[in-house]
Amino acid sequence: MIPAPFAYARPSTIDEALQAVASGGEDVKILAGGQSLIPVMRLRLAAPETVVDLTRVAELRGVREEGDAIVVGAMTTHSDVLSDPLIARYAPLIAEATETVADRQVRHRGTFGGALAHADPAGDLPAVALALDAEFVVAGLEGRRTVPAADFFVDYLTTALQEGELLVEIRIPKREGWGMHYEKFNRVAQAWSIVAVAAAVRMEGGRIAEARIGLTNMGPTPLRASAVEEALTGAEATGEAIAAAAEHAADGTTPSSDLNAQADYRQHLAQVLTRRAVTAAAGL
Amino acid sequence: MTLVEEPTTADAVPEKEIGKARRRKEDARLITGRTTWTDNMVLPGMLHMAFVRSPVAHGKITQIDVSAAQQAPGVIAVFTGRDVADEQGSLPCAWPVTPDMVNPGHPSIAVDEVNHVGEAVAVIVARSKVAAQDAVELVDVDYDVLPVVLDMEEAVKADAHLCHDHTSSNTSYHFVFDAGDAGTGADTEQAFADAEVVVSRRFVQQRLIPAFMEPRSVVVQPQGDNYTLWSSTQIPHILRVMLAMVTGVPEHKLRVIAPDVGGGFGGKITPTPEEVVTLLVARRLGKPIKWTETRSESLMTAHHGRDQIQYIDVAADREGNVKGLRVRLLADMGAYLRLITPGIPALGAFMFPGIYKFPAYRFECDGVFTNKVPTDAYRGAGRPEATFAIERIMDELADELGMDPLEVRKKNWINAEEFPFTTVAGLQYDSGDYEKATQDALDLLGYDELRAEQKRRRESNDPLQLGIGFSTFTEMCGLAPSRVLGSLSFGAGGWESASIRMLPTGKVEVVTGSTPHGQGHETAWSQLVADHLGVPFEDVEVLHGDTAISSKGLDTYGSRSLVVGGTAVVKAAEKVVAKARRIAAHLLEASEDDLEFSGGKFSVRGTPGTGLGIQEIALAIFAAHDYPEGIEPSIDAEATFDPENFSFPHGTHLCAMEVDTETGFVKIRKYACVDDVGTIVNPLIVEGQVHGGLAQGIAQALYEEAVYDADGNLTTGTFVDYLVPAASDLPHFDTGNTVHTAPSNPIGAKGVGEAGCIASTPAVVNAAIDAVRHLGVSDIRMPLTPERVWRAIHEGGDGGDRASARTNAQAADSSDAPSTAGGLQ
Amino acid sequence: MTQISVRVDGASYSDDVEPRTLLVHYLREQLGKVGTVVGCDTSNCGACTVHLDGEAVKSCTVFAVQADGSEVTTIEGISQNGTLHPMQKAFHEMHGLQCGFCTPGMIMASIDLVNDNPDPSEDEVREGIEGNLCRCTGYQNIVRAVQQAAGEMHGRAASGTSHESPAVVDTAAAPHVAVQS
Repeated sequence: MIPAPFAYARPSTIDEALQAVASGGEDVKILAGGQSLIPVMRLRLAAPETVVDLTRVAELRGVREEGDAIVVGAMTTHSDVLSDPLIARYAPLIAEATETVADRQVRHRGTFGGALAHADPAGDLPAVALALDAEFVVAGLEGRRTVPAADFFVDYLTTALQEGELLVEIRIPKREGWGMHYEKFNRVAQAWSIVAVAAAVRMEGGRIAEARIGLTNMGPTPLRASAVEEALTGAEATGEAIAAAAEHAADGTTPSSDLNAQADYRQHLAQVLTRRAVTAAAGL
Repeated sequence: MTLVEEPTTADAVPEKEIGKARRRKEDARLITGRTTWTDNMVLPGMLHMAFVRSPVAHGKITQIDVSAAQQAPGVIAVFTGRDVADEQGSLPCAWPVTPDMVNPGHPSIAVDEVNHVGEAVAVIVARSKVAAQDAVELVDVDYDVLPVVLDMEEAVKADAHLCHDHTSSNTSYHFVFDAGDAGTGADTEQAFADAEVVVSRRFVQQRLIPAFMEPRSVVVQPQGDNYTLWSSTQIPHILRVMLAMVTGVPEHKLRVIAPDVGGGFGGKITPTPEEVVTLLVARRLGKPIKWTETRSESLMTAHHGRDQIQYIDVAADREGNVKGLRVRLLADMGAYLRLITPGIPALGAFMFPGIYKFPAYRFECDGVFTNKVPTDAYRGAGRPEATFAIERIMDELADELGMDPLEVRKKNWINAEEFPFTTVAGLQYDSGDYEKATQDALDLLGYDELRAEQKRRRESNDPLQLGIGFSTFTEMCGLAPSRVLGSLSFGAGGWESASIRMLPTGKVEVVTGSTPHGQGHETAWSQLVADHLGVPFEDVEVLHGDTAISSKGLDTYGSRSLVVGGTAVVKAAEKVVAKARRIAAHLLEASEDDLEFSGGKFSVRGTPGTGLGIQEIALAIFAAHDYPEGIEPSIDAEATFDPENFSFPHGTHLCAMEVDTETGFVKIRKYACVDDVGTIVNPLIVEGQVHGGLAQGIAQALYEEAVYDADGNLTTGTFVDYLVPAASDLPHFDTGNTVHTAPSNPIGAKGVGEAGCIASTPAVVNAAIDAVRHLGVSDIRMPLTPERVWRAIHEGGDGGDRASARTNAQAADSSDAPSTAGGLQ
Repeated sequence: MTQISVRVDGASYSDDVEPRTLLVHYLREQLGKVGTVVGCDTSNCGACTVHLDGEAVKSCTVFAVQADGSEVTTIEGISQNGTLHPMQKAFHEMHGLQCGFCTPGMIMASIDLVNDNPDPSEDEVREGIEGNLCRCTGYQNIVRAVQQAAGEMHGRAASGTSHESPAVVDTAAAPHVAVQS
């Protein structure tokens, strides 16, 4: 299929992009990598009036260091994320999860910011951003604001981005020396996660000093497994302690039932995968 | 018995082509993108079509408003079913499996009623593909929605809603084969009454989608009252006949071409509504017309495969000797009957006994209408279903008896010295050695080591459990002896045609009626002809797929091409040699009886140095200056081969499966198989066919299912949800062969296209169940999604995904139905 | 309509396209580059894979306007002066194709993989081509082909078995082609 017709804008700066969005009419879609948007348009499940293509906005690309954080431009492609030394050093969890996103062709086009702004609960990067306490820098015609990850994901495919706003960059606190692991569970290579768990832990001696756990596809938004984090904090890094903590992984979750899994099975998986993710992150 | 050819150094005969791993001739255009897919065709003035399709699974069309679409830019015409009702006829069904089979008729565009989601209700013709697709959204159709029939077990109940209101029930036919009635076996009811052990199961063959990689495409060019139709089809010859019958375009005014065809797997075996409509529209408008489907359109509207509910009972004694087999099927036809829709389960009917010596056998099948896209052939067509059922229940019998599943198989299978063996279904199995293939497969797998590991994992209660699954299978290939097809009420024969044209420069054109779509006919046929004519492999060109070039043929399906089509080529080559022999005798001034033909040369026996090459004779007879009286100046020849029996490939497939008991995730650790496909003409192609078949058979076991929601919408309507496995989802395959030639054809080949697909599915499921049977699991419905496996482990039995375990004896209530006995002798 | 300028397989083109025109449709219908095919509508099958500025992309999931100013290489542009690209040669040698419909995309994705990973293991190849579906081959001979081509592209004599013909190395014509009497 071929998408329905639309007007096309290709800004080269963030300001131009904001102008293009503002003047694009009722239904404007922002094209980042296009790897989710274009298929949806081809199936004519979306037929925007205007498409604003960000691929030529150079200032949205790249990863840089800024104090105690690394800053990832929203239009940094998955491929660039995978080869970036700052991410490898300070947030390897992002690379690990990104490696599981779709396939190499899609990773050449798809972008970090695009995946986050799309906010598909089955997408891998939202839970990672949540686990790493990322902050989302959002630009509008009125200026910029920063939204913490916990507030960014509002509902199914819905974020805190207001009409006319763009996600421009994502700030991720450096976590050098943390153990991290992304445990993804899906049926075939290309499939979206049925459930996945993003885990980051800081070890002190034989204990887990801090833990951050993000859950993929356990509700309409990515979720933090707070009960697990609490149970892990200060716990001995043993299989038993981790397993006991992981039993809380599904607490408060409301996963959907669909073709791939019923809700109760997803809740069970969350526990198993959390145990595995934390075990791997803790280097056990 | 003939062997795989080894180069013989003793004499000067050139190296045999048959048996060589020749690289394919077809590849040159395919690896460079210089292909002729139908969608690549561009003709002057060509218009494009797009279909308006029903979003409703069952309903009356109360109104269609096409006015807005007609006014849209670039739109030339819009046709509804009403507009073409008088000329579209009914899509053909060539296989009335019983005399009283109900065929509700199959319009190409729905006129009054739609019966599945995706059924065409109108067609847009426009200057561009884009304009046609844009206008689809402008057609306004009102439906009076009717109750939807989806579940076969509900559909056959007395008070069920009807899929077609002009029929009296949802049952199309009731087909019975009873070995007792046919005289090929004992009384089945008695066998069960006397049995010490009866094991009964209900298995579900889920609905699958062939999912060939090249979406279907049709181009029709009208020229006066002649029409040339290009289509991505497996069956240009059959299509031509059927389109002539359906549309009234005279057969001799219609030329059908299947150019490069990107896979079929049975999915392109039937004349389609879209082919009919493209031809009708081209006739109406007098312009070239193209239609190419999108993938989502393909998944929703191209025919599906499998979809049976199988009730199977096996009777045995306590020692594990089988005494009887009873099968009752519900086979989902979908909403309509396509070319061989009703015949698919009938093709399987004779294969349920598998390789085992059952004394008694009864088979019954109901073809059931539902409001889903029609089913028809999908790789294996009837035989995977049969093989799955028998290979699964042999494991269940072994479990019931506390025996090793391999032991139960050995106890009952046909021994090597018993061939040819006439089975309880009346088939005469040709050749083989099940024991040898099994032993080779066990060695390939490293069976003992894996069994030891399985034991360790069980004893330590490891979360990762290991299982090994068997499938010792045979299948029926070489479709088909025409008389047998006649006895089964099939609408055509099973012969194949070939001709050989000897060109003046000595090059050879081989015309085959067996139309390939990826199998490698051009290469394999060249090998056959090179050997039989003694000409270089490179000097042979194989022509196919165009009814103007290859006027006769029955095309490619059912692993028939080499066995039937290849034999026709060999027969034609023999005729060429016979004709050339007379010319050679004349030119060499010798008696025909004194000539020997070897390495492409005729020479006078005992006279070294004499000789005349067959390629030289081709030039001589082109000049025709000097040839014997009383013969025509040509050494070209044509042959039609009609086999006298099917061929029966067999093999042993072994799967070692890891099951993560915490998540239900299954992963194939190792897969090994040894197949006997008779003579191997090209080991590379044989290996490739086995690999591809394995991938599809494993995909049925683990990944693929066409799922409909309660309203009859296909929820697996894109490749996002219909899970065709990628490279990383499949294991490495260890494959091997034994060779027992088929006596039914001079090549000795048995057919290989479907073997991997037929054999692998039960091996995979048996392996998964073997891994977790000790945890109380008795069955898991395909595909083995992690959730189904997990539920079976945690809830026991079949994980609640099944009907109750009543015996089929109680369920089967139609034993007084007429029997379709005999015919397969 | 938007005007774009693209270099495709070494030739320059300037054309007007509708913004909604997918790159693959531009290649096929406006440039006649029908070697690149369309297999699905959800970016799953990879049949339409081409290189856009040197990286493999699915040309059904890129708008033609996005390729403006870029260099596109298709299956039709990878052989040099009539000599097949090592990946094309290896697909032929290893019987890495049957119907051939997925082949252009599979070859383009495989070249991209080997550009990044000069010596991929079997598992790495399988993961590297996960974005390309093949319904015919079961992938095993594709994997072999990619490994063989990797060796040739990076000037290695292919190591071990992958150098030999698949029918000799493994399976069909190997020792398991037992001689029965």
